[in-house]
Amino acid sequence: MVEDEFFYGHKACAGCGGSLAVRIALKVLGKRAVAVLPAGCMSAVGFNFPQLCFANNAIISTFAGTASMLTGIEAGLRAKGITDFVAVGFAGDGGTADIGIQALSGAIDRDDDILYICYDNEAYMNTGIQKSSLTPFGAKTTTTPAGKNAHGNLRPKKNMFEIVAAHGIKYAATASIGYLPDYMKKVQRASEIKGTKYIHVIAPCPTGWGIASDESVEIAKEAVDCGLWVLAEYKNGNYSVSIKPKNLPGLQTHIKRQGRFKHLTDDDIAYVESQRDSKWNFINQHWTVTQGGIK
Amino acid sequence: MKPHLRNLKTKWTLQDYPDSTAYEAGYLTSKNAGWRSVRPVIDAEKCTGCLQCYLHCPDGVIFKSGKVVAIDYDFCKGCGICGRICRLKAIKMEVESK
Repeated sequence: MVEDEFFYGHKACAGCGGSLAVRIALKVLGKRAVAVLPAGCMSAVGFNFPQLCFANNAIISTFAGTASMLTGIEAGLRAKGITDFVAVGFAGDGGTADIGIQALSGAIDRDDDILYICYDNEAYMNTGIQKSSLTPFGAKTTTTPAGKNAHGNLRPKKNMFEIVAAHGIKYAATASIGYLPDYMKKVQRASEIKGTKYIHVIAPCPTGWGIASDESVEIAKEAVDCGLWVLAEYKNGNYSVSIKPKNLPGLQTHIKRQGRFKHLTDDDIAYVESQRDSKWNFINQHWTVTQGGIK
Repeated sequence: MKPHLRNLKTKWTLQDYPDSTAYEAGYLTSKNAGWRSVRPVIDAEKCTGCLQCYLHCPDGVIFKSGKVVAIDYDFCKGCGICGRICRLKAIKMEVESK
């Protein structure tokens, strides 16, 4: 990690998890990182001419075209004989799982030498909190309001990590801004692999999640500790868990401290707990669980 | 190295505008200090320089200064993550006066 700051003076909300994910990744990758940012929070807060907050080369792509622009940048620089760079994309959950999934799938299919990082704040936060396919069950957004009949989002969170891994990608990982050393290790590991790499980092949004601005790191850590967000890696066809929670506690406290889940009933929370437990049953049976991940 | 504050030109001529959608990287013209209602204050006596606050700051405004850390108040938004992450309670959030 370098001491330089490559994402500085940006206009993200106080306590923004996404900006922390971008800042740390760029500090790991260094000044030769070429960043691609589609429409989303990080391009909205990073490029407000004349306030330009990226100190490395960075460009805004179309919403759907993060991965295809990365492909083009990588091919272009390679054609010019430049080799010491990393083409890295930072797309939000909507820009990855909804709008950009086709371009991402294509890039993985071609095995282009790019690093795609999805900072997942679990809704379209930039436009005022609309549901994306990575919004978890029960979350209140402006398009999935909480009322008497519907308790927020009716659908579960799309499993983007395993969708990407199912392509047979070179390297995929999940991370959390609550576990920065683990995230940094994964970014470093990804940058050393040739081929397509995908990292999915959970990045709480104080505004959209209904938490205080100083809680975002803590919530991201808690989500891992209570087993809701699994830190894992995929490489050479194998899944492995990087950090396994000691036990699977009740989710009442973790869920209820977030404003977006305030309306959930005990039955709703019991359902979330059962989903989490069955996921861990599957993981324990089929994945390698080694502290520290794939060696 | 990090992006630094420049003077924002008050009068722009045609030549000042970029002729394509590209411009100098890391070009800052405004501060974020006005966003803040509380400010982190570091107790240099208690600080051991573990750099957890430096690592977790979303805005990257905390930097090493000798054996402890210091804060760039021009760009700190007062989110309070540093105060919460500090195990030694060496960072206090104080209400902004004025």
